Amino acid sequence: MPIIDLANPTRFLSLAERALPWLAGTTAIAFAIGLNLAWTAPDDYQQGATVKIMFIHVPSAWLAMGCWALMSIAALGTLVWRHPLADVAAKAAAPIGAALTLLCLVTGSLWGRPMWGAYWVWDARLTSVLVLFLMYLGVIALWRTVDDPARAGRAVAILTLVGAINLPIIKWSVDWWNTLHQPASVVRLGGAAIHPTILWPLLMMALAFVLLFVTLHLAAMRNEILRRRVRTLMLMQAQAAPGSGA
Amino acid sequence: MRLEGRDLACIRGGREVFAGVGFAAAGGEALVVTGRNGTGKSSLLRMIAGFVRVAAGRLDLEGGAPEHTLAEQAHYLGHQDALKPSLTAMENLSFWSSYLGSGQEVQEVEAPMAALAAVGLEAVAGFPAAYLSAGQRRRLSIARLVAVKRPIWLLDEPTTALDRPAQERLSELMGAHLAGGGLIVAAAHGAIGLERAKELHLGDDA
Amino acid sequence: MTALSALFVRDIKLAVRVGGGAGIGVLFFLIVVTLTPFAIGPDLNLLGRIGPAILWLGALLASLLTLDRLLTADAEDGSLDLILTGGTPLELAVAVKALAQWLTTGLPLVIATPFFGLLLNLDLRTSTAVALTLLAGTPALTFIGLIGAALAVSLRRGGLLLAVLVLPLTVPVLIFGVAASNAAIVGPLPFGTPFTILCALTLVAMVLGTFAAGTALRHAME
Repeated sequence: MPIIDLANPTRFLSLAERALPWLAGTTAIAFAIGLNLAWTAPDDYQQGATVKIMFIHVPSAWLAMGCWALMSIAALGTLVWRHPLADVAAKAAAPIGAALTLLCLVTGSLWGRPMWGAYWVWDARLTSVLVLFLMYLGVIALWRTVDDPARAGRAVAILTLVGAINLPIIKWSVDWWNTLHQPASVVRLGGAAIHPTILWPLLMMALAFVLLFVTLHLAAMRNEILRRRVRTLMLMQAQAAPGSGA
Repeated sequence: MRLEGRDLACIRGGREVFAGVGFAAAGGEALVVTGRNGTGKSSLLRMIAGFVRVAAGRLDLEGGAPEHTLAEQAHYLGHQDALKPSLTAMENLSFWSSYLGSGQEVQEVEAPMAALAAVGLEAVAGFPAAYLSAGQRRRLSIARLVAVKRPIWLLDEPTTALDRPAQERLSELMGAHLAGGGLIVAAAHGAIGLERAKELHLGDDA
Repeated sequence: MTALSALFVRDIKLAVRVGGGAGIGVLFFLIVVTLTPFAIGPDLNLLGRIGPAILWLGALLASLLTLDRLLTADAEDGSLDLILTGGTPLELAVAVKALAQWLTTGLPLVIATPFFGLLLNLDLRTSTAVALTLLAGTPALTFIGLIGAALAVSLRRGGLLLAVLVLPLTVPVLIFGVAASNAAIVGPLPFGTPFTILCALTLVAMVLGTFAAGTALRHAME
């Protein structure tokens, strides 16, 4: 099927209907394998069993950022190519992205409690993820404020693209800001090479999260298309009802 | 029941809108207020409804329910429709019928669905008011007058945005209200479908 | 359904439907809490010490800035006219609107406070104390803001002017709110003293705000 056919929401719907059960099944299998691997992975010699929070925390952090990237591409689709599915994709992605970011923050703070002695420190990483979370919530609030999806779509697209430019700047400035004030930096994963016994479960969990994201996103897009159809039908019906003429 | 205004004057924003206006209407009678723009038709209606202070003169209601004020016995249908776009037509109407009808132990309160049917809106009862056209919103406002029985109707250009069938429907509703001993004061530019109405002309261009 | 409960239910519905303001207040609160450490630096000890004050400031701004449209929206679409013809005293109607507003914007702030306290390195006991003072104090903020919301109708303006008018009036609530929170952490005052005064302020604000707003609205209608 040529890609242009997918632009047609009806074609998209039928494809989504067929793909969703398979995706859901694959996601479940991937999670079963991933969680099993994570369960059997060795404990860290310093951190003990708490290190296993990483298997949830890191994939959700990756996807939280990936989701904004996806929304940015969708925003370009809305503004530049005026693709009919672009703002549907953007709208469906925002709550999932926000949920993943929240998951990342919550697991992070649960992990931080035994590591740093506090649920939250104003570390550069954490802070920029918190800002990302705030931006997701802003986008969702904007979607909820405007009733007309076409108008809301354009406003959100602009906000998303500005956010995409702003996020790296926030990241750098926070890094810079933070090194000024907090000399005791927290050693995190990035530094040392990861042992394969941890790397493989992590990659498996990442795959499971990606599949979960695709499944949820597809289902949310389908719901959004149906919701818009219901809205259009109601508008048409209201106009056809007696007494609509001015 | 008899509504009487004597030597009424209205001052808004330091400017005298009208002065020396008198009128009288009894139950079963309709009074149509005419006049050019700016002569104070709307102000007179808002004065009867109690939103605008009576600067001079007297406004009396004889024979109404003594425990209620004039405003509480009147329905005011203004230019603004007092509808919330995110609530459905039904929710909008049932809110106003419970809010306005709660003190009405004597007068009956009709079921909102019946009132919607009376203005021909039963098909869109479950739709958000945002989806309705100007004419439908106007009908929904009129349904309020049907849902809660009040003896005095104050109608400011009630036919605005209504098509011919809707105007006829409104005319029937007004006729039924008058036949039941009600009283109508309406501001209008043209005919609004009231036969044998008294006329009060504001302004000095007669 | 009585007139007042109908009005209460309607306002809550409006707040949670599309275009309503519920949730934005909490988001604003979270942003204020997030911005403060950017301004003063990530020193956890310092944050822990001034945390109650930050939470109070954030909640104060969030609960006042969401009041902007409470009465102007009803004035613009003519609902206020009809509310006046309802036979319910205007003061009661306005008070019910303020209660619904508090339930949809003030109470979520109180519920969010313990979570936001974590960001500011407050322990559970302190966070709970701050949440308790906010539970007692935010109704006062809503009812003081109600005066501003009513004035906004007569001035036909809102936004920043509203904040300028109302924020000075909230000073006593802020003082005793923060005092009670701090008393719970360090003392030397017992928690009860400032907390009781805070409760009294709330009761006074409920009466004063209701009548002042009613009077302002009556003048605005003319």
